Formats: sequence, structure tokens, C-alpha cells
Amino acid sequence: MIRFILLQNRQGKTRLAKYYIPLEESEKHKVEYEVHRLVVNRDPKFTNFVEFRTHKVIYRRYAGLFFSLCVDITDNELAYLECIHLFVEILDHFFSNVCELDLVFNFHKVYLILDEFILAGELQETSKKAIIERMGELEKQE
Amino acid sequence: MNPFSSGTRLRDMIRSIRACKTAAEERAVIRKECAAIRAAISENDQDYRHRNLAKLMFIHMLGYPTHFGQMECLKSIASPGFPEKRIGYLALMLLLDERQEVLMLVTNSIKQDLNHTNQYIVGLALCALGNICSAEMARDLAPEVERLLQFRDPNIRKKAALCAIRIVKKVPDLAENFINPAASLLKEKHHGVLLTGVQLCTDLCKISDDALEYFRKKCTDGSVKLLRDLANSPYAPEYDISGIADPFLHIRLLKFLRVLGQGNVDASDSMNDILAQVATKTESNKNAGNAILYECVATIMSIEDSSGLRVLAINILGRFLSNRDNNIRYVALNMLMKAITVDSQAVQRHRTTILECVKDSDASIRKRALELVYLLINESNVKPLTKELIDYLEVSEPEFRGDLTAKICSIVERFSPDKIWYIDQMLKVLSEAGNYVKDDVWHALIVVITNASHLHGYTVRSLFRVVQTAGDQETLVRVGVWCIGEYGDMLVNNTGVLHIEEPLTVTESDAVDIVETAIKRHSADLTTRAMCLVALLKLSGRFPACSQRINDIVNQYKGSLVLELQQRAIEFSSVVDKHKNIRSTLVERMPVLDEDTFSGRRAGSVPAAVSTSKVAPLDLPNGGGKVIDAPLIDLLGFDVPEPTPDHDNHHNLINVNVSPTSSPPGPNHAHNDLLMDLLTIGTPPAQNSSSVPDILSPNQDKLSSINILDQLSSPAASVEGKIPPASSPMLDLMDGFGDSPSNPQDNGSAYPSITAFESSSLRVTFNFSKQPGNPQTTIIEANFENKTSNSYTDFIFQAAVPKFLQLHLDPASSNVLPSNGNGSISQRLRITNSQHGKKSLVMKMRIGYKMNNKEVLEEGQISKFPPGL
Repeated sequence: MIRFILLQNRQGKTRLAKYYIPLEESEKHKVEYEVHRLVVNRDPKFTNFVEFRTHKVIYRRYAGLFFSLCVDITDNELAYLECIHLFVEILDHFFSNVCELDLVFNFHKVYLILDEFILAGELQETSKKAIIERMGELEKQE
Repeated sequence: MNPFSSGTRLRDMIRSIRACKTAAEERAVIRKECAAIRAAISENDQDYRHRNLAKLMFIHMLGYPTHFGQMECLKSIASPGFPEKRIGYLALMLLLDERQEVLMLVTNSIKQDLNHTNQYIVGLALCALGNICSAEMARDLAPEVERLLQFRDPNIRKKAALCAIRIVKKVPDLAENFINPAASLLKEKHHGVLLTGVQLCTDLCKISDDALEYFRKKCTDGSVKLLRDLANSPYAPEYDISGIADPFLHIRLLKFLRVLGQGNVDASDSMNDILAQVATKTESNKNAGNAILYECVATIMSIEDSSGLRVLAINILGRFLSNRDNNIRYVALNMLMKAITVDSQAVQRHRTTILECVKDSDASIRKRALELVYLLINESNVKPLTKELIDYLEVSEPEFRGDLTAKICSIVERFSPDKIWYIDQMLKVLSEAGNYVKDDVWHALIVVITNASHLHGYTVRSLFRVVQTAGDQETLVRVGVWCIGEYGDMLVNNTGVLHIEEPLTVTESDAVDIVETAIKRHSADLTTRAMCLVALLKLSGRFPACSQRINDIVNQYKGSLVLELQQRAIEFSSVVDKHKNIRSTLVERMPVLDEDTFSGRRAGSVPAAVSTSKVAPLDLPNGGGKVIDAPLIDLLGFDVPEPTPDHDNHHNLINVNVSPTSSPPGPNHAHNDLLMDLLTIGTPPAQNSSSVPDILSPNQDKLSSINILDQLSSPAASVEGKIPPASSPMLDLMDGFGDSPSNPQDNGSAYPSITAFESSSLRVTFNFSKQPGNPQTTIIEANFENKTSNSYTDFIFQAAVPKFLQLHLDPASSNVLPSNGNGSISQRLRITNSQHGKKSLVMKMRIGYKMNNKEVLEEGQISKFPPGL
């Protein structure tokens, strides 16, 4: 199960933080700080997995942005790596060539997309097309 | 309309925040925005609620408090339109979590939305429910979710399935309601529904055995077929990831099959073919394919035996291990740890590769590999593997050395074929990474050394060599100094030379040099320096010719600002100087330490209490002196930043009759010795009921440190008559010859002990004491004793008192209670009686523990406290 998802830039600014487990606000900030420190200086040749407390963080870097998933120690690391990539592809498709500023100004959209992709810490949909279409339908409702 | 709220759009706010150059500027902008939002909230401004919530979310993400917006979320959710609801739910999930009371208020809105005619609104409610629902909400809304599992739109069904996972995790009792609807999800064609359905089934199996039985019977074949269809399906662009159709569904199905096959031969048999197909046919040049292979290997390793498949799986892992991609190597190491229980021979074949991984530059890989190597070691390969690891220790990165050292030490201890090898390896580790070695490890080394009498000479000579080259490793120096102190004569006389040794000529002054260098090294800490002083004292007995020089060194510490050192220096120098006639007996070699007792203590079990029989004769000197300086020492001991090994070593040296209650050695060690005290560092003092009063060791039995403090605060009253002024330590040491030690227990037993609770399985005794000047407060030392032949684990004592009493519980000495009264747990309680003199103490207690893994609860009321408390 995914414990939380973080999207941070190299300076450690959080662009998206979604927690599927209850944490105190102060604890969340600590977690964000620690995860950023863990991933930011790792050599690109290193594994995309780091142990974090009793869980592990699967992260992937896209330009200056780090996508990090904290998952159970027994979960399939490679699958979550693929999952991050799929999420990035969806964002890329939705914003057509996504960049960090898109995510800043449309942060609520990013959350909405994520809610169509992952729910209750589990993968909900694996089709890029289905999610993009669903977002379109939801926008029409507004 | 509010003059503020007309202000900025969300976009503009973000822009102005981004334009801030300093944190203070940013705070100012946020403050202004928050003020505007608050104003809008208090005016119940509905036009801008949508925008304000969006702003609040952004502000929340930046880490500012936004609790004032929580009610706005609820209002927004309760409004009829889709856009308001959408932003309201989004903000709800971000600003609140399941622990907030406010969340209860939203249950009703969610319930209505789950029954809404607009399916998009149903979707919103499900999403919120799945992400933040609490146990109460789960109970309330489970029927709705159950119904929605059959909703016409697949988007709702998949959301409902994931919601159901959260619900059953929160309230496992609800699992049975979801078994049937979950099973029907497996018949779907829609990938999203299948994916979530399989996940739901997997989680249900983990929660409920009934579900597992049901799915095993009804769904095993269906799931196998699903996987087969998926694996053989033609190219489907929608779900394709690098040439594989929906790897995520593959993985979920493999995981589900693993749960079904584990522990069931029939189910395992029926999935053999498809697992073999997936294992052989999946492309392994892309990450997605490898993810499937990895999951498949995990399933093969977990299901019931099929040796053919396992060979296949191990081969896949072998391929992974030689992959250039670090991620793949990482998962291979991870999985090999599981494989080792299945087929350790096969894993052993990859030993060299795994050992290489220990030296990888990536910390994640190193850590996995080290764990794996640790599991791989057995009697036959321990020597070469340990050599490799120790060699690597020299070049490893500092942050990895701690882990590596701990593992090497553990390996050496577990598998050493003989003592000489053990000692050799430990010396290597100590000289490479002595600063990373934990206290219990070098204590254990000393225990082994004392037990290997034929190796004393060899060890001390080896230590002499390495301490000279690696004098900066604190623990190495400690062990070295200790051994030189004990076996210094063997070092100089070349006693017991083994044929493998190179000849070594050491003079007496060389040996003293080593200790002198160690004590003068500026980074040496208190423990090391104290040990050096003891070693010097011992050497003064072994090398009478050097005693003047030794005395000179010792004298330098007479002015030490650290009291511990100062006291030792003063006392030792008196011994060296003035008492040559008794010196040789004082510095005799330590008795051999009992290995079993020590390893038992390390393992956490407390051996039987020290019996009186091993107490040395009572007619030895300086009983009077002992009484006064013991509290002093202990008091100092409390303040010493590091635990000092032996507060009372000078007493030992002069053979004071103190039974080492803090460290129960084997029964044949009559008198206390330094080492046993050394060995107690960092371990909680053993609880025992020695009948010999020992005020020297803090926190001991009935006489807890409080009594010692007690004495200190009123020494005049209790002991003045017996004790000469402590101005000269020599006087302290030597005066009062023939005085029998006063019995400090007198001070502590103003109130009789009671058996507070007794049942067929357990006895609880209370010992009471008071702090002088504070009659309201009673210190109770509770002792728990196990009367059965089973040991108790997870032992916990709870107590409740009426309002006029205040109760404070200190941590218990242990949570494991050995059987048959072979040791006890002690716990200190402090009770303050605000009605002292009017009402007496009364207490209710509850004791919980596990016996044979069964939880036991005992309760009782204690009212027979002695009067006057």
C-alpha cells in the first residue's frame, strides 16, 4: 500500500503531498524534509529505492522534480517505479508537455488527476486514456 | 461585499507568493490572504467560497495553519452543485484526516452523496471516503459501498472496491459482507475494475480466513484463467507498457495467486503452468517485464513446493543479480533473502556476486547485500567470508561502518570455530573500526579472553602490537589496557608463546608506556582513563621496579577535575606508595568470568539472584569508610556523563566484602571483580534479592538509590558515629579496620514490606521508603515474581489510585518474567498522598502478560498498606 506520495523540486519545495495514512502536520513536514534529503543527493546510477524508517521510498527524478512514493517494505519496487512513470505520462498528456509551473498554478488539477489514478493507497486505473477522458468528463460537469 | 474578498484570484495569489524574495515577505502575503479568507468565512460569502478553498489548499501546502477553513469544506460539500462539492471534497482530503472530530459531521453529507443520482458526485464521495474515512464512518457507510460495488458505471465500481479495502482495514468485522460482491468483480472485463477487484480480494484474504477459503475454492481457477488471458492477450494500446499488456494487472494477479497458493497444495498445483509460462515468456529487457518476473518469483517462492518452478525462479534471480541496472540487482538481493529458506544451496552459488554487492557504492544495495551475506554464513564458509568483510572494513565509507562492524562482530561471535580465531578477528575489527564497536561486544571479548587461559600471553602480545598501530580506536585501547593490566607479566616474560607468533621483546617500561600513552591521549574518555588507572595500579604490582614511575603518572591525575579520576588517582597512589605489603594481593589477576552467565545476560534473561554463599568474609577492613564514600561515589556516578565502569573498584581492590549484586557472576566467584562491573555498563541492573546490603551499586534491590540519597542528605544522623571525617582518603580506606560494615538496610525499612497481591501464578511484593522531609511521598519498590513454570512476556503493570493520591510509575526493569521465581521484575512507584495522616494509601492494580502467547489479565485491590504512608 502507498503510504504517501510526494512531489518535490530540488530545493525541497513540496509541489504535491498526498497522505493515505493519518499523520500530524508537524510529522508531515518532517517526513517531507527527510525524504527530500534522502533522495536529492543520490547518484543517478544508484537504485531508485531508499529505506525510510520502517518503509521504503521509491523515487524517480524528472528534470528538477522528484516523485517519491512511500510503500510497504514487501511491495514490488519495480512496479511502483513504473507507476510513477505512468503518472508522469498522464500529467504530461493532460498539461501537454508538463513543467513545474503547470503543477504550481494548477496544483488542484494535479490532485484531481491523482485521485483518479490512486485511491486509498492503491492503484485505481492503469489506462492513461481512461484517466484523461474521465478528467474531461469531470471538467464538463463544472 | 467584503472589501478584501473581492481581491485576488488564486493565480494572482500564487504569483505574488512566488514573487516574494524573503520568508518574511511571504508570511506577510499569506497573512493578508488568510485575513481576507477569514473575513469571507465570517460573512458566509458563498460567491468566493470555491476560490477561497483553493487558496487555503495552497496555503496549507506551504505549511501554514488552515484549520479555520475546515468548516468551509463541510459547507462546500453540503452545497448542491458539482463544482462546489468537488473543491469541498478535495479540500477535505487535504486539510483534514480521519482523526479530526469535524470529520464526523461530514458523514451525513457523504452518505447523501453516495446515493446521489449524479454518478460523478457519487464518485467524489467515494474518493473522499476511500482516502480519509475513520472506523466510525466505515461502519456507517459500509452498506452504501457494498451496494455501489454493483453500480452500472465501472468508474464507480472500481472506486467502491478500493473504498471497501479501506473499510475492511479499519473494521475487519465487515470483511464477510464484501466477500461475495468482491468475487463477482473478478468476472469483469474492465481493467480498472479487475485491478481493484483483485486487490480487494487479496486484502480480504489477509483479513479473514473465511474469505481466503472462499476465494481459494471459487476463484483460483478463474484467476489463473485471467492471468493466462492477460499474458496471451494481443497488443492493446490502451494498457500497453513497453510491449506488455497491463503489467500492473499482471502483478496484482500474481500477488493474489500467491495468497491463494500459500499453504495449499491443490491451489498451488493449479497455478504451476501459468507461473511457468510467465516466468519463461516475459520479456526481461524493460522494467515493466522485470517487475512482473520479480512478482512471479515471489509467488513461486511462497506457494507450495514445486522444485521445477523454483529452479526457474532461482535462475531468474541469478540473471537479475548480474544485471547492470542497480534496481534489478537490488530486488534480486531482496528476493534471495526469501529464497535462502527455500534453497540455500542455490543462493550460496551466488556468494561471490553478493559479496561484491556489499562493496557497492549505493547504500541501498550495500545494506541488502550485507543482510544477505549475514544469512549466508555458516560454519563452513565463515572464515573466508569474514576475511572478505574485514578487508572491506578498511576501505568502507564511514557511514556504513557501524552496520558492517555490528554484523561482522555478530558473525564472529556466532560461528567462531575456535577461540584463537575469534580473538584474532575481534582484534582486527577493533583495530579497524574500534570506535564503532558496541560496549557489549568488547565486554564479551574480555569474557572470552579471560576464559582462554592458554591464550592470555598470545592475546596480550597481539594487543600490544595493534594498540601501538591503532591507538585511536577507543574500544581497542580499552581492551588492550585491560589485558596489559591483567597479563602484563606474560607480555614481558613471553609466557605461553604459540608457534605461530613472531618473537617480541617487551620491557616493563614498554608496557607502562602503552598505558601512559593511552591515558594521555587527549581524546580518551572517562571510561578509558579510569581503566588505564586501574591497569597502572595492577602493573605496579606486577612490575615493582616501575612502581615509582607508575606512581608519578598516577599522581598527575590527583588534580583531575573529573572526580572519578581524582579519587582513583589519590587512592591508588596511596596503595602504591604506602601499602606495598598488601599490594600484591590487591592486584591479583581477575578470576575467570563465567561465559554462560554473561551470554545469558546479553540475551536479556536474568540469571538467578546472587546468593549469600559467595559473599566474602565480613571481617575485612574499612567498613566504616565504605559507608560514607559509597553514597558520594554513587552520587557522583549519577552525574558522570558516561556510565563509568566501576565506581567502586577501589573497594574491590582492597577486597571489600561487597557482593556484586549488580552483576551476578557464576557462583564460584567469591569476590567482586572489576570486570564484572565493567560488564554491567549499559545493561540494566539485575534485580535480585541479595541479602547483603550493597549500597555501592545504584538502583539495586530494596535499597534503591533513594536510600543512598537519603543517607547522604542526613549522614550525620545515620552514620556519623561510625565514620571519621573524609578529609584524607587514606584515612577512609584504612581507618575503621575491624569495623563491621553498618547495615544501611536499617534506613530503608521503617515500613514493613507487604505482599500486595498473590495469585496462583504471580506474587507482587511492595517495599516502602520515604524521602526525608517529604512525608507525603512514598517510594514503592514493586517486585513481581512468577510462580508458574512458564515465563511471561509482555509483562505490564498498571495501577490506579483515588484522586487524593498522585501516582507516578517509573519504567519497569524488564517486561519478561522468567519462570519459577528465577528472577523478578521490579518497578518503582512514587505516590504522593495529599491527605497524608488522614487517609491511608489504597490502590487498584491490573497486570497483563502473555504466557505461551496467551494473554492473561489479573486484577486486584491493595488496601493493606502499612499505616502512616
